[in-house]
Amino acid sequence: MAITRDEVAHLARLARLDLDEAELAQMAGQLDAILGAVARVSEVASDDVPPTSHAVPLTNVLREDVVAPCLTPEQALSGAPAAQDGRFRVPRILGEEP
Amino acid sequence: MTALVPYEQALEAYEPVIGLEVHVELGTNSKMFCGCPTEFGAEPNTQVCPTCLGLPGSLPVANKKAIESIIRLGLALNCSIAPWCRFARKNYFYPDMPKDFQISQYDEPICVEGYLDVEVEGKTYRIGIERVHLEEDTGKSLHVGGATGRIHGASHSLVDYNRAGIPLVEVVTKPVPGTGALAPEVAKAYVTELRDICKTLGISDVKMEQGSLRCDANVSIAPRGATEWGTRSETKNVNSLRSVERAVRHEISRQAGVLDAGGRVVQETRHFQEDSGTTVSGRSKETAEDYRYFPEPDLVPLAPSADWIEELRAALPELPTARRRRLQGDWDLTDLDMEALINAGALDSVEETVAAGASAEAARKWWLGEIARRANEDGVEVSALPITPADVAAVVALVDAGSLNDKLARQVIEGVLAGEGTPEQVVASRGLAVVSDTGALGTAVDAAIAANEGIAEKIRGGKVQAVGALVGAVMKETRGQADAATVKALILEKLGVSE
Ligand SMILES: [Zn+2]
Repeated sequence: MAITRDEVAHLARLARLDLDEAELAQMAGQLDAILGAVARVSEVASDDVPPTSHAVPLTNVLREDVVAPCLTPEQALSGAPAAQDGRFRVPRILGEEP
Repeated sequence: MTALVPYEQALEAYEPVIGLEVHVELGTNSKMFCGCPTEFGAEPNTQVCPTCLGLPGSLPVANKKAIESIIRLGLALNCSIAPWCRFARKNYFYPDMPKDFQISQYDEPICVEGYLDVEVEGKTYRIGIERVHLEEDTGKSLHVGGATGRIHGASHSLVDYNRAGIPLVEVVTKPVPGTGALAPEVAKAYVTELRDICKTLGISDVKMEQGSLRCDANVSIAPRGATEWGTRSETKNVNSLRSVERAVRHEISRQAGVLDAGGRVVQETRHFQEDSGTTVSGRSKETAEDYRYFPEPDLVPLAPSADWIEELRAALPELPTARRRRLQGDWDLTDLDMEALINAGALDSVEETVAAGASAEAARKWWLGEIARRANEDGVEVSALPITPADVAAVVALVDAGSLNDKLARQVIEGVLAGEGTPEQVVASRGLAVVSDTGALGTAVDAAIAANEGIAEKIRGGKVQAVGALVGAVMKETRGQADAATVKALILEKLGVSE
């Protein structure tokens, strides 16, 4: 097994997903298959190929510090489930600030 | 809750180790990854766009000025600049970021391994800088329905994303041992120095009261002679230079209380309470957070060229340490004089007063005297008082011209501080001017001689130092509005004695 049931439970908690035992077992199996497939990449990776996080060989893509138009508050809030006083209204926050 | 141990007593038994994490909001025109403006105090959600709201299909592009700013700060802090590094995604669920993650840097910060020297009570402390990295600031939440606007007991929260995405630099020190009882002062001196460097570099307005400079203070204590450091607490919400000092001091006393009572210090986040000067427990950090950092796929790596770095290094302005050394030389001050000036936060004010024409000595006297006293009483910085270097230079000029003596000048300063106008206006409205009318002064001198014939006789007989008593009598008669030197000269002249 590349991933255990407990690791899946931990990830589910971090992702705020409420998974029951059956779902945990199912996810563990599926994730294990995915990880197994991905692991095949490391079989062909050789020492002279550095790990890469980006598919394009670019660096320093930067923009000048210039102000561009923004959305209006109406536009910004138009997709929000709830708004109040020009602000996004969110349910009671459980737990503390990060 | 365990009792606090008095600070001095805590220091007899324990040795503190401090560490500081300072966040500096950069003063760029636009945000870190989008073109939204960064004005402070704008109406909620008027400075947002698809990118900083994390709407689907939007892509971030890094702000060149922000990258330049952090490299310049890194160089000023004697750091190495990474030849290649990446941004990372910090994943968490909290509505202050609409994306459910924050773009930050993780194991590849752009600046590493630097130091900053600070001076406290004539001794230099080298504060190791572990890393300086770039991230985006978060939005601001307003908690509604709770008793005090705090999260606890709130029914819901309202979020403004104007601040989300403003470039934010985090400067993290290495643990700093060996400061002993001066730990609070060293912490404050470090944050002050860092603030001054940012100000000198022009990369941030570093206003703690507006949150553009924020500080977290880590404190641990261990019994003296112990080989291992203690468990540390991390105090957040330390929003003024004075609070940095108070928070560290309080944590030392609190932790000593816990250990003395046989308890153990919990690794946790604590919040500083400005009103009481204490810290209260926040979240426990016993279980490490799991932010599942990974390289930000939407941003390509940064690879500042050596040429670019050297170009930025060559263009660095004179930094605060060099400037202080220069001013100390120009003004011919001892180390202690200089430190007094810095501690009073009066360096800029004195420099500007000198630039406005006053002598360094006179400028220093007023800023460290009357004005510093008032700032201390009001619990503010001297620069926050309603008196400008130009005002002080004007008072000094009036004294130099002989129109004011010291005592009157003090009243003029008082008047300016009370909002009565410019020094000239205060002089006019309070009727403060040295009695230079030699006629009126002559009469007062004659009266003093007549009333103190015995003393006058001694002076005529050569005991010139006795003149002080007569000068005093004249000053009293003119309610202090005479120039003592003029009075003295006049008395001696009338008595036919030369000094
Ligand atoms: Zn934006």
